[in-house]
Amino acid sequence: MSAWKEFAKGFWNQNPVLRLLLGLCPVLAVTTSATDAIGMGLSATFVLTMSNLVVSLMRKGIPDRVRLPAFIVIIATFVTIVDMVLKAYMFDLHKSLGLFIPLIVVNCIILGRAEAFASKNTALMSMVDGLGMGLGFTLALFILGTIREILGNGTFFGMTLFGEGFDPVLVFVLPPGAFIGLGFLIAGMNYLERRKANG
Amino acid sequence: MAETNLVMIVVAAILINNVIFSRFLGICPYLGVSKKLSTAFGMGMAVVFVMTLATALTWPIQKLILEPFDMGYLQTISFILVIASLVQLVEIILKKTVPTLYQALGIYLPLITTNCAVLGVAIININEKLSYLQALIFSMASALGFTLALIIFAGIRERLAIRKVPSVFAGIPIALIVAGLLAMAFMGFAGLGN
Repeated sequence: MSAWKEFAKGFWNQNPVLRLLLGLCPVLAVTTSATDAIGMGLSATFVLTMSNLVVSLMRKGIPDRVRLPAFIVIIATFVTIVDMVLKAYMFDLHKSLGLFIPLIVVNCIILGRAEAFASKNTALMSMVDGLGMGLGFTLALFILGTIREILGNGTFFGMTLFGEGFDPVLVFVLPPGAFIGLGFLIAGMNYLERRKANG
Repeated sequence: MAETNLVMIVVAAILINNVIFSRFLGICPYLGVSKKLSTAFGMGMAVVFVMTLATALTWPIQKLILEPFDMGYLQTISFILVIASLVQLVEIILKKTVPTLYQALGIYLPLITTNCAVLGVAIININEKLSYLQALIFSMASALGFTLALIIFAGIRERLAIRKVPSVFAGIPIALIVAGLLAMAFMGFAGLGN
């Protein structure tokens, strides 16, 4: 029951992107298409789950004063693994995510979960927390990526959706569209939350 | 020729490929510390300082240690550790030697470790195969571009705070939409490169 709660909180109540506003750089940068968004989301989910696991297993052995550098080394190790695996097996994805793969290291969600959750909870719970948070992050990326791809390019996962008459709003695949799209998404989230609160 | 090249790097890093508006680096501090003009300026200066120093250290590490020994895969780990310890070191040194500067920049320094712009620019330097001088100029200009974006944005947000905004848009959503409009304005500089 409580494991399910830890898992599910990442999707809505504590969605890292839409509610906590953490890790926004990759959210804005790699959501020009739904495919890139999912690739980024799953890479971050892997790093988050594994780093939560290792941090949790080592939480009694790491002295308090050096915990942040220790967490960073653990996170960077898994980021390097993701970087190498993507380069070897999914070269196109690696190319379109580019700089933002090494930058998963400084994604505040991951260090935040290591510090706030994994360093205080058991290994299993920490993995569940990492998985839930990671998939919540992926969901937010996927929604924004879908909106931007459909409006800006008229496609979904690369498939053309509309007939000849559709004129894509080019600005949505350009940088300004990322900011504006995310702004409306968070406003929409606030609206739903308010309606729920008012019954 | 070399001089026009450096000028071009500065213009491109500040206006055309602004770290915030076109590379999406450092969005967290951009949204976090842009509520007041004075803090925006302090944060900007701290980033200029740390980003230039970080490049001064990470570029030689890549060229003199990682590449000769064929250890390119350690780039991410070594860069982030260098940046994190650099920030700590700068904080300690400033506190002891230049207390006035420490008071001005102090509270922003810890935040910079997780500013992805610093690590991002250090990696861009290597990916774009810049020389040491070019890399230093590029880092400083990128940080100035960050400061420019932060100051413009803070100016707008100070005014936005006293305006009536539809309640679901209040705070971050309207700030993001403003940032989008600013990014659109900055796209106008794209023609400068030709």
